[in-house]
Amino acid sequence: MTLDFLVPLPAILPLFGAGLALAMWRSQKAQFAISVAVLTVVLAASVAMLVTVGDVPMVVDVGGWAVPVGIDVVVDRLSALMLTVSSAVFLCVLLYSMAQGLADGGEDTPVAIYHPTYLVLAAGVSMAFVAGDLFNLFVAFEVLLASSYVLITLGGTGERIRSGTIYIAVALVSSVIFLAGIALVYASTGTVNLAQLAQRIPEIDPGVAQVLQLLLLLAFGIKAAVFPLHAWLPDSYPTAPAPVTAVFAGLLTKVGVYAIIRTQTLLFPGGAADTLLLWLALATMLVGILGAVAQDDVKRLLSFTLVSHIGYMIFGIALSSHAGLTGAIFYVAHHITVQTTLFLVVGLIERRGGTTSLDRLGGLAKLAPGLAILFFIPAMNLSGIPPLSGFLGKLGLLQAGVADASPLAWALVVGGVVTSLLTLYAIVKAWNKAFWQVPPAPLEGASLPRGMVGPTAALVLFGLGLTVFAGPLYGFTERAASTLRDPEVYITAVLPDGERGRGESVEVAEGGEHG
Amino acid sequence: MSVDMSPSIALVVTIGVLVAAGVYLVLERSLTRIIVGIVLLGNGVNLLLLVSGGAAGGAPIIGLTPEDEMTDPLPEALILTAIVITLGMTAFLLALAYRSWQLHGHDEVQDDVEDRRIAYLAARDELAFADTDTETVVPDLEEEAHEVRDETESLLLLVGEEGLVDVPVEAARPEASEGGSEQASDGGTEGEDR
Repeated sequence: MTLDFLVPLPAILPLFGAGLALAMWRSQKAQFAISVAVLTVVLAASVAMLVTVGDVPMVVDVGGWAVPVGIDVVVDRLSALMLTVSSAVFLCVLLYSMAQGLADGGEDTPVAIYHPTYLVLAAGVSMAFVAGDLFNLFVAFEVLLASSYVLITLGGTGERIRSGTIYIAVALVSSVIFLAGIALVYASTGTVNLAQLAQRIPEIDPGVAQVLQLLLLLAFGIKAAVFPLHAWLPDSYPTAPAPVTAVFAGLLTKVGVYAIIRTQTLLFPGGAADTLLLWLALATMLVGILGAVAQDDVKRLLSFTLVSHIGYMIFGIALSSHAGLTGAIFYVAHHITVQTTLFLVVGLIERRGGTTSLDRLGGLAKLAPGLAILFFIPAMNLSGIPPLSGFLGKLGLLQAGVADASPLAWALVVGGVVTSLLTLYAIVKAWNKAFWQVPPAPLEGASLPRGMVGPTAALVLFGLGLTVFAGPLYGFTERAASTLRDPEVYITAVLPDGERGRGESVEVAEGGEHG
Repeated sequence: MSVDMSPSIALVVTIGVLVAAGVYLVLERSLTRIIVGIVLLGNGVNLLLLVSGGAAGGAPIIGLTPEDEMTDPLPEALILTAIVITLGMTAFLLALAYRSWQLHGHDEVQDDVEDRRIAYLAARDELAFADTDTETVVPDLEEEAHEVRDETESLLLLVGEEGLVDVPVEAARPEASEGGSEQASDGGTEGEDR
């Protein structure tokens, strides 16, 4: 209870930091200090919430206005976990990108806007995780997307403009669909507050509810890169600077997955779209990984594995069971870490080898053995080799699928195993070509600055930490799943008397019901 | 509490026209048209939000309008936010279109070159590159199978290769690497030409 004031901090602090950093545009050092300080505080606040949040979500009615009138921010176990992992990732990637910028002499990146934009991105991601209101979620998406538009076209080179255009056009269309979904939700229920929606959606016509569900799934599906809405991702991510790609790959798609988890469990707990989602999960896994196998550029290969592994999370969500949701949440935490790490390592490979094309790379195991270790651990983690956290996450999901025991769930279990093996194949191919083969021509790369290796190693260790502490973490995601699967908990936390939040409002003062 | 939710037909038709025109334009290749399309789509959806608040009434100020004749103010607040967002995004997209015109002399959204290169290689059933790490370039698997029948012999050969990496690799490298890089660059340029 007493720590409730922490809830809005992960969204507010980076915004203030962004403003401050923009005002300090002359001094790169000041900007750097601001960003690091802000993200560290956010990480500390997130960890504090992770530790303290119990069965009852932490709720703050913004500005003291009672909920349906005002807006609320909510942190439950899932949000706290997402906030913690995302702020850790943001901090590591920031340190990495600064080291890269310093090493490059800063001629490539217009650093004056880099820090503010990066902080706004962090604010948007955090805001999405704490949003207790559908429209607030939309605004959070817009905040993070707007800054991602800037980051993905950073420097304005031809290739980035080309891929950025596709990314932005697709993202804008998904925003429009989301907005249309909000309009229809409001028209049919008269509210956009998530807790109130959870009360009212079961009361409306099931056909209408299904339309709303599908519309929201469509909007979030584009963000999460679920087949067949994934085609924009492998095209647009690889051209951005390595740290930007890393943070996008780790977090932006997961914000979409988070939104799917939130809406599916809270607003549409009946599981009406489960069969559809299971098919989509299967297609996402297989299409994504087959795409990865065909690539001969590491960045593109990883982008396709990113798409493919989104399928696992959708699989867990679509099972609509406790075990499935547990596995999905665990997998989200694991995948954010491992995917970000891999993209950072690829940034190092690009730096050391001068290219990311597997045709031209080679012999890195001899040239940079440390780099080989940094690549090998998260790569094996991604493909699910025991005992790493990727294996544990997949195992949990497969067990949930077996427990479900429907033919479709079995198909997904088989699909999941095949995807895992194909991931291993793709990763081993990348390993053989980049690290073992004799390079066709001598590599023209620079040495690796310690500032870039450090944060990458920290993330590798964080990933290993997820493995070592998988037991407690799995217990935590299990509790998070049980909180999620009981919408009443969320509703009572936001609306203690079933109608109004804890803030001030005239009617409530007259009613005198609130505590 | 019952709200009059039947929308005006004029608004519904306008929404339909705006969204239809928007979708059509978004499917175009030129970024400028996509921008116009997204603006139209955005405006259509904003109108949809307006309709979602129910029938229009008086200003929602206590004392000015009786409570049941008030317009719902919330959708209007949402629309304002959405308009601001669309404005910002449009400005950014216009800058992008201008930059694209600066760099390429047009603002067409281009295809992914790398994607087409890989599709082209797959269509020709060709490797993306030939590995230079192998000692000898084997033309095809069948031929190799004919040559290497004896399992023990092939095993010995493999051990030999592993053990004596330096000598034969050095000997075989020049031709092998030449062939490899040529093949790879051939694939690359042809893919881009297409």
